[in-house]
Amino acid sequence: MLAADRIIALALMGLSIYFMWHATVLPIGWEEGAGPGGGAFPFWLSAAMLAASAIILIRSFISHPHEGERFFPDADAIPQVAGVAGLLIATIAAIPFVGAYVALMAFMAIYLRVFGRHGWTLIAILTLATPVFLFFFFEVTLKILLPKGLTEPLFIPLYAAFF
Amino acid sequence: MEILSLLADGFATSLTPINIMVVVIGVTAGLFIGAMPGLGSVNGVAIVLPLTFIVPPSSAIILLAAIYYGAMYGGAISSILLGIPGASTAVATTFDGRPMAQQGKAGLALIAAAVASFVGGTISVILFTLFAVPLADLALAFGPAEEFALVLMAFTTFVGLGGDDVMKTIVMICLGLVLSTVGLDLISGQPRLIFGDLPGFYSGISFLVLAIGVYGVGEVLYTIETSRTAPSVTAAKLTMRALGEGIREMNKLWKTMSFGSFLGFFVGMLPAAGATPAALMSYGLAKTFSKKPETFGRGNIEGVAAPETANNAASTGSLLPMLTLGIPGSPTTALLLGGMVMWGLVPGPMLFIEEPDFVWGLISSLYTANVAAVVINIALIPLFVWALRMPFSVLCTVVLVLCIVGGYAPSQKLHDVWLIAGFGIAGYVLRKADYPLAPLVLAIVLGPLMEKSFRQALISSQGDMMTFVERPLSATFVGLSVLFFVLPVIKLVRQRKSKSPAPAE
Repeated sequence: MLAADRIIALALMGLSIYFMWHATVLPIGWEEGAGPGGGAFPFWLSAAMLAASAIILIRSFISHPHEGERFFPDADAIPQVAGVAGLLIATIAAIPFVGAYVALMAFMAIYLRVFGRHGWTLIAILTLATPVFLFFFFEVTLKILLPKGLTEPLFIPLYAAFF
Repeated sequence: MEILSLLADGFATSLTPINIMVVVIGVTAGLFIGAMPGLGSVNGVAIVLPLTFIVPPSSAIILLAAIYYGAMYGGAISSILLGIPGASTAVATTFDGRPMAQQGKAGLALIAAAVASFVGGTISVILFTLFAVPLADLALAFGPAEEFALVLMAFTTFVGLGGDDVMKTIVMICLGLVLSTVGLDLISGQPRLIFGDLPGFYSGISFLVLAIGVYGVGEVLYTIETSRTAPSVTAAKLTMRALGEGIREMNKLWKTMSFGSFLGFFVGMLPAAGATPAALMSYGLAKTFSKKPETFGRGNIEGVAAPETANNAASTGSLLPMLTLGIPGSPTTALLLGGMVMWGLVPGPMLFIEEPDFVWGLISSLYTANVAAVVINIALIPLFVWALRMPFSVLCTVVLVLCIVGGYAPSQKLHDVWLIAGFGIAGYVLRKADYPLAPLVLAIVLGPLMEKSFRQALISSQGDMMTFVERPLSATFVGLSVLFFVLPVIKLVRQRKSKSPAPAE
């Protein structure tokens, strides 16, 4: 926990510096008669964030907070959390190519099978019902088109029927 | 009475068929969301917000408020049946609700929670109705200087009263404010913080993207880690006799319930406090003033009633500053505020003048939502018992799919979905390291207002910082902000003094 606390504080310091660097594109100083420039707000707030996270880091060397605590009290949870996060990222990455429907169906099937260990009947019901709901809710009712990627041609007859 | 006629007009709006339907759907959805361990009102509102495009804006807000209400009722269900709080706001309900369930009185505990929530909700909605107009009138005198000072005060309450690590709170406030500045500069219109000219950042980072990230994806990751073993659901039998007994028992608790309601309402108004501390305070006070404090924690019905009145009252209380001043009293109301801004209904005193139909429709819908919630809650108890047996992985997939699609829908950019995944993972890690997430979400919602009012005030005073302390109202808020800000320092000095003879650690 102590190591994690330090790494997070360091990462936040890095992020603050990165923000400060980008904020300097616009004036960060005081403009006479008009108050702060366009970059001042993000710049000085990032500076405050840098200072606060630096204090967190320094403090960790003085008082050793959370010593003895573990960042992951249950180590078995790590593969599961990392697996779900990885699966989520893979799904989003797949959306532009295979479309939202295929990507989300694959996501649900893999998740329910690998992490939930459910039977194929339940998986089939959920992975088939969800895209149907999404199609009618978003595309037909709200007229919000979800990305289709390669699967676009398959939807042309559906468009013809519902629009 | 002018308020009564305004409220009557409001009922004319909220009792239209579409709005009654919206309230019933919202409350039912909220009850389920609240009952699911891990999901609370803030998660529900964040995930459902993109789906509310389906109804007109004013009904969408009524729907979200109804979900908020329902989730407050629903939190008690899993506290009692599983012993796991359905939402953090229902933590105190587990203390006596769980023992009651283990003694075979789950039905009675559920009825007590529902009735107490109803009493808390109703008393606080009446208080809300009484305070709304005077507060909005006061806020009409606000200029940019007062607006800035008020936002500043909202943030400093987190530092002074939030109870989290002060430095980590400051980091989260600053991070939220910086994220809110991404996009085009309000005054000069030039792009800033676009990170190497990524086009997705030109339109800024929507509060919704951050909220779906931390409260949707982040929450799922957190729950996957913390609740991997299936909890056992206590069966609850519900008979008409239990219902009658419940109402008779509750009749003896008027003092506790009315006290809890007032306490909850006023604690709920503070941005840093809210329903969770209100419920814990109410529980603690009920125990202190009880004639038999030793029965608390062993299945005392009063221990269910006290926190449940307070958490419902607090959720109404947090709506008051949101609607009248434009300063949300909780993360959930911050999302409601963001949603209202998205639909062109800017909360604050002008809303009472420009959109009275909407404002009073919303307020009156809180009355109908309360009635709907207590009826649906008690009627659907068997259904909740069944739903709580649903495997958690099924809930997770549905929530994650809604996060992806709901994140994509408002602006139709995959860029936002990537941000949601990023915020979700980062939010999960930060939460594990004890960084509070509520100030982050409040900051991204209030950031644009804070910067705009700050710079407008300075432009009209020609760059003179004294404008913030020369105006009496603004000076009061700034003074209070300073007080809240130094509060942790005072606490620290006192601790040091009392500990000073002890050897250094």
